[in-house]
Amino acid sequence: MNPTITNPPVATPFFFYLLAATMVIGGILVVTRKNAIHSAMALITTLLAQAGLYLMLYAPFVAGVQIILYAGGIMVLFLFVIMLINLERNMKEPQFNKQWLVGIVAATALGGLFIAVYTSASKGKALFPEGRMTYGESQNTQAIAGLLFDRSTGQYMFAFEIASLLLLVAIIGAVVMAKKRI
Amino acid sequence: MHELILYIQSYLDSDKTPGGAGNIFWVTVYILLVFGGLSVAVIAMNWLERKILAHMQVRLGPMRVGPHGLLQPIADAIKLLLKEDIIPAEADKIVFWIAPFIVVLAAFTVFVVVPFGPTHAITDMNIGILFMLGVSSLSVLGIVTAGWASNSHYPLIGALRSSAQMVSYEVAMGLAVVSVIMMTSLESGTGTLSMIGIVQSQLAQQQWFIFKFFPLGLIGFGIFAIAMVAETNRAPFDLPEAESELTAGFHTEYSGFRWSLFFLAEYSAMIAVSSIAVTLWLGGWLRPFPNWGGSTWDSIFSFFPGVTFLLFAAMCFYNTARMPKHPLFKIQTMGLAGFGAVLGLIGLVLFVPAVRDRVGDIFWFAAKVAGFMYLYIWYRGTFPRYRFDQLMKVGWKILLPMGLALLILTAVVGMRADLWAQLRGAGHP
Repeated sequence: MNPTITNPPVATPFFFYLLAATMVIGGILVVTRKNAIHSAMALITTLLAQAGLYLMLYAPFVAGVQIILYAGGIMVLFLFVIMLINLERNMKEPQFNKQWLVGIVAATALGGLFIAVYTSASKGKALFPEGRMTYGESQNTQAIAGLLFDRSTGQYMFAFEIASLLLLVAIIGAVVMAKKRI
Repeated sequence: MHELILYIQSYLDSDKTPGGAGNIFWVTVYILLVFGGLSVAVIAMNWLERKILAHMQVRLGPMRVGPHGLLQPIADAIKLLLKEDIIPAEADKIVFWIAPFIVVLAAFTVFVVVPFGPTHAITDMNIGILFMLGVSSLSVLGIVTAGWASNSHYPLIGALRSSAQMVSYEVAMGLAVVSVIMMTSLESGTGTLSMIGIVQSQLAQQQWFIFKFFPLGLIGFGIFAIAMVAETNRAPFDLPEAESELTAGFHTEYSGFRWSLFFLAEYSAMIAVSSIAVTLWLGGWLRPFPNWGGSTWDSIFSFFPGVTFLLFAAMCFYNTARMPKHPLFKIQTMGLAGFGAVLGLIGLVLFVPAVRDRVGDIFWFAAKVAGFMYLYIWYRGTFPRYRFDQLMKVGWKILLPMGLALLILTAVVGMRADLWAQLRGAGHP
């Protein structure tokens, strides 16, 4: 029995533009909102849309970790801290430092770089490798584990451990700075 | 039209979840079934909690609306929907409005991957358990924003407590989960994060993971069972809504429909974390004693769903006979008898072999989750509330080190499973 109605793939340009637009709008809101809580909520939207983009790249593990760590963990701490500070005083302070000239130069340079990358990629001499990921969706987690821990293919173990050691140092440093007496 | 029917039928032959088969019709049906069932379960939970708590405290509980208060949840729901919806004048309107929806969305979305059976799940994800933990951890954002947006002291303190509590217990919870994920890789060589895959590896190893490497699986389950109560803000860890200190905690300023959304989210989150515990440690949809193979045992266990419903029906009829004989109670008596008849009919339908084979897995999953729901009520009826420093101490100084030790021990024992088997064999000649 053949189903005659076929399902369209999920990773379509429509979803990409939807998620990208959500991210861009969220990012703009993060900067322009005066209320820090509103900014934080816009940032959460951006991070969730980013998780969606990871899913479109067939990297579900990265998407899951993105939701757990950024949207679930770090943003909760952000909100926690924002609630404890005095928002009324922040509302009265100027939000932008009026450095329009520098801002425009930096934005033009970055935008020009993006356009240059985009046009050169469409002309055939790609800056980034073209084509699909080599790992299918179902092996993403295993592939990451292989890159980290496997005896033959594990090349990122050392970098991974160094990064985690750095984070540990940061945690201990934060505790030492915050507590006068331990 | 014919094509549509073929499309609908084509799923019935496949042995995948509707999401896995990519069949949009059946995905919609499953979503409606799961969310409808979830809402009914929350309503039933509302009645059961009041009834069971009352019986634990030697009271009767709701008795007025319907026989034995059976219609009380419906009366409550109507009351909540008709109540005036108040938004405090100084509240942050938009955030106040969004917060309950964040909580409900997070609590409901996780059910997309809950496996009620090998094919009875909306979809199966490669990262199933990560998805469940991640999305359920988003509900704390709703709680925090609700507390902040109310612009009032009690909700703010409740929200701060809630975020501190949920972030701390998530760590211990995650460590316990990782130890199970390591167990899934034991015999097949590659582990899995998929909810269905975790249950299937328990089937392949012929053992629920709670009994794996005894007592390691049991300790992991214990850590999770404590952390999940804290994670859902229930007694004895219900400090975010401690009514003796904070009136109602983060939802003090909410009323009517918005408050009922928080209620709905709390109970569905309880069901969700219980489903995680059942899937990871208690064999998910597997019947008890999965190692007793053979069609005889299979058929014996397949009678359980029907028998359970017949028992419910018998309870209804017993209580019908005990109803007061006063004419005022005539309608209530008839209603209770009718309810019993419906339950009995469902029980009889469950004995039909074709039905029996298809609902057995759903029944066992639901029965295990129901056990956890009873435990939640039991905790609330028996344990006094923790103090906040005690709560933090349990989370960071007891559960977290235990979780880390468990993780390392599971890894070591898993690597040398042969030695472990010898040790166990020597212990039990």
